[in-house]
Amino acid sequence: MSWITARRRHPAAGYAVVAFVLVLIGVGYAVITSVGSASASSPTAVSSAQVAYGHQLFEEECATCHGMYAQGVTGQAPSLIGVGAAAVDFQVSTGRMPAAELGAENVRKPPRLTTAQTHAVAAYIESLGGGPAIPSAAEVSPSGANLGLGQQLFVADCAACHNFVGAGGDLTYGKFAPALTQSTPTQIYEAMLTGPEAMPVFNDLTITPQEKRDIIAYVTQVRSEPNPGGFSLGRIGPVTEGLVAFLGLLFFMVLAALWITAKHGKAHE
Amino acid sequence: MSVDRALEETGNWLDDRLHGARGVRVLLRKIFPDHWSFLLGEIILYSFIILLLTGTFLTLWFQPSMSQVVYHGSYIPLRGVKMSQAYASTLNISFDVRGGLLIRQIHHWAADLFMAAIFAHMIRIFFTGAYRKPREINWLIGITLLTLGMLEGLFGYSLPDDLLSGAGLRILEGVIQSIPIVGSYLAFFLFGGPFPGSVIIPRLYILHVLVFPALILALVTVHLFLMFHQKHTQMPGKGRTNENVVGAPMYPYFMAKTGAFFFFTFAALTLAATFTQINPIWLYGPYNPVAMSAGSQPDFYMGFLEGTLRVMPAWQWVFFNHTFAFNVFVPALLPLGLLFTLAAVWPFIEQWITGDRREHHINDRPRNAPTRTAIGIAAITFYGILWAEGANDIIADHLDVPLYWVTWAARVGIFVGPAIAYIITKRICLGLQRKDNHLIAHGVETGIIRQLPGGEFVEETRPVDEDHLAVLTSRVSHPALPPGETAETEVPAPGMRGAVGRVRERLYKVVTESVPMAEGDGGRTHGDGHGNGHGNGHAVEGGQESLPAGTTATRTEADLGDVDGDQH
Amino acid sequence: MSDTNPEGRPGAGDHGGTSWPEYLTGAASDGPAEQEGHVARQRVIGTPSPAQARSMLPEQGEGQPPPPELPPGPPDLDRARRAERLVVACFIIAMLAGLAFLVFYGTIGVGSITRVQHSNLALGGSMALVFLMLGIGATIWVRHLMPSVEMTEQRHPMRSTSAEREAFKKTFEDGAAASQFVKRPMVRRSLIAATVPLAVAPLFLLRDLGPLPGTSLDTTVWRKGLRLLVYGTGRPLTPAEFSSPGSIITVGPEGYLENDDDMAKAAVVIIKFRPGELVFSSGNTPVGGYTVRNWTVDNIVAYSKICTHVGCPASLYEQTTHHILCPCHQSTFDATRGAKVIFGPATRPLPQLPIGVDSQGYLIATGPFDQPVGPSFWERGGSPS
Repeated sequence: MSWITARRRHPAAGYAVVAFVLVLIGVGYAVITSVGSASASSPTAVSSAQVAYGHQLFEEECATCHGMYAQGVTGQAPSLIGVGAAAVDFQVSTGRMPAAELGAENVRKPPRLTTAQTHAVAAYIESLGGGPAIPSAAEVSPSGANLGLGQQLFVADCAACHNFVGAGGDLTYGKFAPALTQSTPTQIYEAMLTGPEAMPVFNDLTITPQEKRDIIAYVTQVRSEPNPGGFSLGRIGPVTEGLVAFLGLLFFMVLAALWITAKHGKAHE
Repeated sequence: MSVDRALEETGNWLDDRLHGARGVRVLLRKIFPDHWSFLLGEIILYSFIILLLTGTFLTLWFQPSMSQVVYHGSYIPLRGVKMSQAYASTLNISFDVRGGLLIRQIHHWAADLFMAAIFAHMIRIFFTGAYRKPREINWLIGITLLTLGMLEGLFGYSLPDDLLSGAGLRILEGVIQSIPIVGSYLAFFLFGGPFPGSVIIPRLYILHVLVFPALILALVTVHLFLMFHQKHTQMPGKGRTNENVVGAPMYPYFMAKTGAFFFFTFAALTLAATFTQINPIWLYGPYNPVAMSAGSQPDFYMGFLEGTLRVMPAWQWVFFNHTFAFNVFVPALLPLGLLFTLAAVWPFIEQWITGDRREHHINDRPRNAPTRTAIGIAAITFYGILWAEGANDIIADHLDVPLYWVTWAARVGIFVGPAIAYIITKRICLGLQRKDNHLIAHGVETGIIRQLPGGEFVEETRPVDEDHLAVLTSRVSHPALPPGETAETEVPAPGMRGAVGRVRERLYKVVTESVPMAEGDGGRTHGDGHGNGHGNGHAVEGGQESLPAGTTATRTEADLGDVDGDQH
Repeated sequence: MSDTNPEGRPGAGDHGGTSWPEYLTGAASDGPAEQEGHVARQRVIGTPSPAQARSMLPEQGEGQPPPPELPPGPPDLDRARRAERLVVACFIIAMLAGLAFLVFYGTIGVGSITRVQHSNLALGGSMALVFLMLGIGATIWVRHLMPSVEMTEQRHPMRSTSAEREAFKKTFEDGAAASQFVKRPMVRRSLIAATVPLAVAPLFLLRDLGPLPGTSLDTTVWRKGLRLLVYGTGRPLTPAEFSSPGSIITVGPEGYLENDDDMAKAAVVIIKFRPGELVFSSGNTPVGGYTVRNWTVDNIVAYSKICTHVGCPASLYEQTTHHILCPCHQSTFDATRGAKVIFGPATRPLPQLPIGVDSQGYLIATGPFDQPVGPSFWERGGSPS
């Protein structure tokens, strides 16, 4: 300790302390946020009809984790037999697959494969064991949908994870339900249909395709809606509103109070 | 000229009937001390006035009914959806009344600012000791207003009957239901039956627009009258004593300043209502008891209670076919109840411990009451941790921390945090006192080093300027306690006997712990500075008597009598 | 705390230029202004008041406060003029913004999200400008046009003098004696007795606020034979339809979906599992909270959706961990083990609803819940009852 106290007045002492604390905080934060078990990927693996191209792409991009025959590797990646083209299309078009590294959850990234390639792989997987097909554009179109029913279904079955307007929410052990701001109607449909990762499955007999369109219409409508009251503050509710009340309103009022009561060298003498 | 005449005639007419000349003149000349932190209370007052104005506007369109209607208004996504009339009328105000959304948002922002300013104001009062005699009544009124404000806000944001606030009402019902013996009865009485029933919104409405505003208005009036009658406290400084008030008169100075501040308050709220959306109920949708959203929180002033509910472990006790739902009614009632009770009795506890029954009209600098300040910071830490826990899922989501870890951090933090905060704050206060002592004893360091003829290097100091010196030396000492059990020769005084007396003595030592104030005049007579080791922290006997002449003493004569030197 | 000199002399002419009295009254002065009509203003600011104006203060013994002051020296007229222009400009902008508000009100309609957005911006922006300019103008006025003044007023101890207290005591006691409130105990006691029922009456009047809970909290509308309908769509489900493992959906009893009072307790979630995932109770395994009762159909299990903590609908479901998470306070339930609580403040598992299929294959309840659903309450015993 005396070594430190002897140097407490060193010119760099202050900087050293600040740097040390910053490093501590940074390391601590990194440790905390890196926790989260590697996700067991969606158990609802679906296959799709084979296209040779898809097979080839699969061997290049996916087989290292999912196995040469898409049978899965225990503790690493699930079997894709029976997951269907829809699941593949969802995972690959949102960039979640191929997964770069396994954390608690895979996040949306710029996709690695083009749409054509994605469809090829999807077809290949579909051919291996069947499963939900990729929905057509008409099947996911929000036009003519019942927004009111979409809202009801969304808040009853989806908002608990994704928040009222699809702004996303937290799950356990480092997982989270992503925001729906960037999902295409097809991706929303596929997600409901295939239940990626921790998300449950809503098949077409439980939530019919029309009802899915209603939900898609609600999500896409609400997220594109302007905010008539001003900046939305993230649309996550009173937490950000409270922050603004203190850091914005109260702070402004304190500044005004400081100005009004300031004693200054007024040069009117 | 005719304006003067008209004014005079009107004044005379009124005076003929009201005998007001003298009284109103006193009012016009009333002195208001000037410090920015004294305006925090005005934020609350003006927010309240704005709440009344905007609230009245809203009542002209709002329909406090839970009857179901099918919506056919301007907000397209909800057309055809069944909702309560309360919700539909709020949509109507937002989308079909010009200025409706603006006024609604001003109203809600004003409620948030009202509560935020109450916290700020309360903290200011606490840390400057402005709750001391004769202002204990106002302190109690203030805590009552805080409670009333929280409830008023809760009722207010529940009125639109949207999904978010409806979930809050459901939680309220669950909490009430959990109270032993009377819980289910109270819940059924409040809701007129099982949840949600059809009367809670109209009942909350009348509480929100009539009963609580009347209570708040009445208490605010008493609060302001007391402040007027007792005169406002003032910050320590030159010319300011415990027997005077220094400042500018009400007319025209203070009137103008407070008027300007009202405009700023209104401007701030209008700016917020223009540029930041608050409580977008159309996005939440109408309440239905089957639906729920991630990231549901109440307004921030209820966040503490939300946090207590989340942090509590799953404890209950089933005893002879009856349930003590500790996991619910303990967090709902105990922490806040404890905090508010402690706050309410604090002036009296402090009086009892220190034996200080004098009037105090000069504010303390927080550093000069280290234990009080440390306790205050510890309480704020406790409150803050639970407040943050109320948003634990938002924190987990946006700061990428696993969800359960946040809760565990809070569970540990509410015990560890205040203790650490107390220790650190107290040390900081004592350190600041030492810094002040250095200024008093030696003046301000200039950084100019001089070598004395004997070879010694000294740093030159310059005198502390007079106003600042007055502030530095404004510290008031505590009177000594009457002799207690430990005094050898005397019978312990009443109030000092037995175990209670011993506790009081011990607490006295802790509460009055301070670095004794240094002797000095701010470096005027010791301008050449001295080396290390002079006057650093050694006990100064009877420090308060040794102020050199010329420095303004801001203490009453009373406390120069019985000084004891061992205050450290 | 102040950098103005509290002991400043009243502005005198010896600095040259305008003195404070002149500046304020707008007239040349030869000392305290003699002009009629302006005397009052100057006296309000500068002159020590006659004693009667301090009626609330004690008669002064020592320390007449020093005569109130104005800062020494003349105001800087140029600065004052500039400040005046600034203040006037602020107020004029405020007026224009106020007019703009009126115009916007009349011209910008509402009735759609975009129009409301524009209306809010226009009305709010103009209104904010009005207040902001009023505030800024008033502040500059106070700080730069009005003199900076510091006055001292004496406080008086809050405590009344002993004489005053004695007088009060005498008056009070005289009145008490005259009223004979103390002297005639039966009058006093009977008065108190008369007011007690009156004081208690308001509490009685509140009795009809609501019905007694009775057994209302113990039961839901679920009973044998009621179909499970998907909430929102109202469709019944067969196990063949609800067949994808990892599925969850919110359902309610047929005929009650529209009734919020009933749904607040009757909301149910059904979850589909793969064979082997559900941990069934058997033989001596303790029931109620750690295992799933054999009330399932085809590995479809039904739980109450109403969280047992404080009643939020708990429908956040992670199919990988099979945890039901209530988003309100993060109570977490393990759906494979009878919704046993594994984290969070809830103390009871979600009650399980016994389900089966009817003659047409649709999922139905085969009985009511075996315990009260939702938050705990005093009369609720251990679970299940």
